[in-house]
Amino acid sequence: MDFQLLDLYTLLPEIFLLVGVSGILLLDLFLSKEQRGITYGLSLVVLIVTSVLPWFFYDADPKVIMSGLVVSDLLGAALKSTVCVLVAVGLVYSKSYLLSRGLHRGEYFSLTLFATLGMMVMISSNHFLSLYLGLELLSLSLYAMVALQRDSGRSSEAAIKYFVLGAIASGMLLYGMSMIYGGTGHLNIEAIVSSVLSGQSDSNLLRLGVVFVIVGIGFKLGAVPFHMWIPDVYHGSPTSVTLLIGTAPKVAAFAFVLRLLAEALGHPSLHQDWSQMLTVLAVGSLVIGNVVAIAQTNFKRMLAYSTIAHMGFLLVGFMTGSINGYSASLFYILTYVLMALGGFGVILILSRDGFESEELSDLKGLSQTNPWCAFLLMIILFSMAGIPPTVGFWSKLFVIQSIIDLGYVGLAVTAVMTSLIGAFYYLRVVKIMYFDASDSSSINTTKYSPGMAVFAINGLLLLGLGLFPGWLLSLCESLIESSVRTF
Amino acid sequence: MSTHVIGSLSLIVWLPIIFGVAVLLIGRDGRERVARWLALVGSVLSALVVIPVWIQFDVKQSEFQFVEFIPWIETFNINYHLGIDGISLVLILLNALTTVFVVVAGWEVITKKVSHYFASFLILSGMINGVFCSLDAMLFYVFFEATLIPMFLIIGIWGGPNRVYAAIKFFLYTLAGSLLTLVALIYLYRTTGGSFAISDFYTVSIPQSAQVLIFLALFAAFAVKIPMWPVHTWLPDAHVEAPTGGSVVLAAVMLKLGGYGFLRLSLPIVPDAARELAPFVIALSLIAIVYIGFVALVQRDMKKLIAYSSISHMGFVTLGIFIFNAEGMQGAVIQMVSHGFISAALFLCVGVLYDRMHSREISDYGGVVNSMPMFAALFLVFAMANAGLPGTSGFVGEFLVIMGAMASNFWFAFAAAMTLILGAAYTLWMYKRVVFGECGSEQIRGLKDVNAREFAMLFVLALIVIGMGLYPKPFTDVIDVSVASVLELASVIKN
Repeated sequence: MDFQLLDLYTLLPEIFLLVGVSGILLLDLFLSKEQRGITYGLSLVVLIVTSVLPWFFYDADPKVIMSGLVVSDLLGAALKSTVCVLVAVGLVYSKSYLLSRGLHRGEYFSLTLFATLGMMVMISSNHFLSLYLGLELLSLSLYAMVALQRDSGRSSEAAIKYFVLGAIASGMLLYGMSMIYGGTGHLNIEAIVSSVLSGQSDSNLLRLGVVFVIVGIGFKLGAVPFHMWIPDVYHGSPTSVTLLIGTAPKVAAFAFVLRLLAEALGHPSLHQDWSQMLTVLAVGSLVIGNVVAIAQTNFKRMLAYSTIAHMGFLLVGFMTGSINGYSASLFYILTYVLMALGGFGVILILSRDGFESEELSDLKGLSQTNPWCAFLLMIILFSMAGIPPTVGFWSKLFVIQSIIDLGYVGLAVTAVMTSLIGAFYYLRVVKIMYFDASDSSSINTTKYSPGMAVFAINGLLLLGLGLFPGWLLSLCESLIESSVRTF
Repeated sequence: MSTHVIGSLSLIVWLPIIFGVAVLLIGRDGRERVARWLALVGSVLSALVVIPVWIQFDVKQSEFQFVEFIPWIETFNINYHLGIDGISLVLILLNALTTVFVVVAGWEVITKKVSHYFASFLILSGMINGVFCSLDAMLFYVFFEATLIPMFLIIGIWGGPNRVYAAIKFFLYTLAGSLLTLVALIYLYRTTGGSFAISDFYTVSIPQSAQVLIFLALFAAFAVKIPMWPVHTWLPDAHVEAPTGGSVVLAAVMLKLGGYGFLRLSLPIVPDAARELAPFVIALSLIAIVYIGFVALVQRDMKKLIAYSSISHMGFVTLGIFIFNAEGMQGAVIQMVSHGFISAALFLCVGVLYDRMHSREISDYGGVVNSMPMFAALFLVFAMANAGLPGTSGFVGEFLVIMGAMASNFWFAFAAAMTLILGAAYTLWMYKRVVFGECGSEQIRGLKDVNAREFAMLFVLALIVIGMGLYPKPFTDVIDVSVASVLELASVIKN
């Protein structure tokens, strides 16, 4: 596993992104405020090019390069591409919001791109070191972005909370990783696997390490009981940052959990430990997320709790430790980020100068003021609630199917019953949009804008995927099968 | 069994949906006229495409007909698999006709978001047809659940003062019921070794304990939908708040989804559990028939009265299904169709009054016959049919069910026959208080009789109700073989 120059080709997407963001950072120094649009445009171009690049430089069979730090596989290529597209779409949604909030600055874009780089490193890492580096690059960029609106008290509070809890989580994760290192003597995922397989590892130490790793993962995903930061950070951040936190990093986190648990610690003897822990986290998230969301009056906070519940569902699929379960989880996360993208995106679209449109009551009578927008948001909400014919139904179905395959009928019943509770608060938003008369006309009613166009594609995609989910599912399955080295 | 890739059934399912989307796109604000006419054309065409299917349908065949099969989600072997038997066919006909009545009934009455209103009903109609046609359990479930969305919007947007409560209650109640069904269906998928085809569910053997759980899970969905006592409480709320069209579709068609579910899924898939738990279901049905009949007697709101009468009449359907004999089951299916037409007609009649008086309270009326003689005559036909008068369609179904019940147990028949008395009591008493007597107020004296549109739809319905009562043979012929094959499947010992 020596270093070869050819390996750099595989890393070209990351290298291109890094060069791009450095260039943008420098260029931005010489641009006046009016020319900031160039920075925005260049960032989009860099993201789009980066999203295409992975498809030219991946290996169909997983190949470990860079002295074991990085793995090149189909799953990595697909997820990296997805992440770049998600971030780019997020930027399109945010354009007018950023302009009106004074956030349309060079730092915003370079931090966004650095966060993207961090996600890409996480996605294709094969080593605890690169995994952690990617995670920290992502987190540090996000901490700064949350605090970017520095004269807003709420924002600063959210940033401090995010930073402190994020640091604790990272600490936990590192502690767990160090124990695994102590138990196996390796940080490289394959070396850990072979050490566990050969039975030379210290299983008690390993188990303790798994506990801390799970705590770290729980924090990062926002699973109960490590979820307390989610509502505050989602609520306190500028909405464009919330959109970023709520979408692409979830995909990266999925890859992170997959590399850590499924690949490094996927041995049946360890799986039975972490699957139990994940089950507890999952049930807690499903119950707390869905029940507490009912009490929210702020749309962003409601979506935050809904995220917690969705992460619970993701973990339900994950705890199976089977190929089916992982592909169901992958399907779930991909469709979930599409819904989250639309959910936060609509807040950005409807906001205007000095008006955030983030309270549920701001949506009153949206079906009269902007019927098209209300219709699309309704699709997104029904999709989140898991009502057919939207794709949210299928994502829940596939997860439930994967656990019933292994005989967890009780868990399946819990999962569907909590989604019944969830249906209530999604329905309430539909009710506010469709059944209530509009009182304030402060929401932005612009009908044609780039954000609106993206929103339309986003919403219709959820409906389209709901009618034809088969191809995405088989894609997810082949991605997992070709890339995840299971036992 | 010939397999078409895309055929008449797809047309039946998708034509209304396509028209619904078209109405939505074309009928923007200020183009209500276009929306109305397009919706009418769509609903009439959707009804017309049922006719060739009815004619070509082979009544002697017990297999599913007009089968279409396209792989949908190959990973999980979920297929776009359509096909009908006689039971589906009569219910599709009912649904197609009801949609036309609904469009006509909402013609001038709906002034708010006209295109959305008609589009919702057309899309809903297509989805309901989809439920009746599905031979794949997951496809069935998708259509079954998807019907909630348009109905939720119909009640919530165009409903009465308490519409939000009613809409959410309707949605959550029915969703709660059907989520357990989902788990049961996935469990069955696993038991069959990877198939969602309903016909594969019929043949797989299932241990008794699992059968009971599956039966209860399916029961949760269908009992809420029908609705059976004691999970019926959403229905009166939904009916009272829904606009006339909503009540019509709800009573005439959506309740039948539950009965259809019993016949298509519960009985054939878990026959042993169905037989074991039949006394329990029969008990609930008899409670519904008698107790809800009394409840209907004391209602002051006309719509609520008809809603309770619906629950009581649907008790007949479940009774007929779960006494496991040919008369009973045939009666149940006929009762579903006939109740569909009668309840639709009664809700339309209430709608006619409500549009004029803006009240549904019985006490606000009296002496309507003086100003609206034509309406009073038509209303009487439906009231009599609801009471089960011989010569109307209401009699045929009830008579068959009572006959079936008699064969099974005298006291079942006795209790069931009580409805004939109770039904006559609450319907005719309401009719008397609303229609007869002196004019209650100046407003009633000034009421205009039914116009041509209202007359046309009520008259056609009256023809159907009387026609079905006098000569039910076309209907019984169509369902005869299908009922026999369901009974046969339900008598298999599978555990």
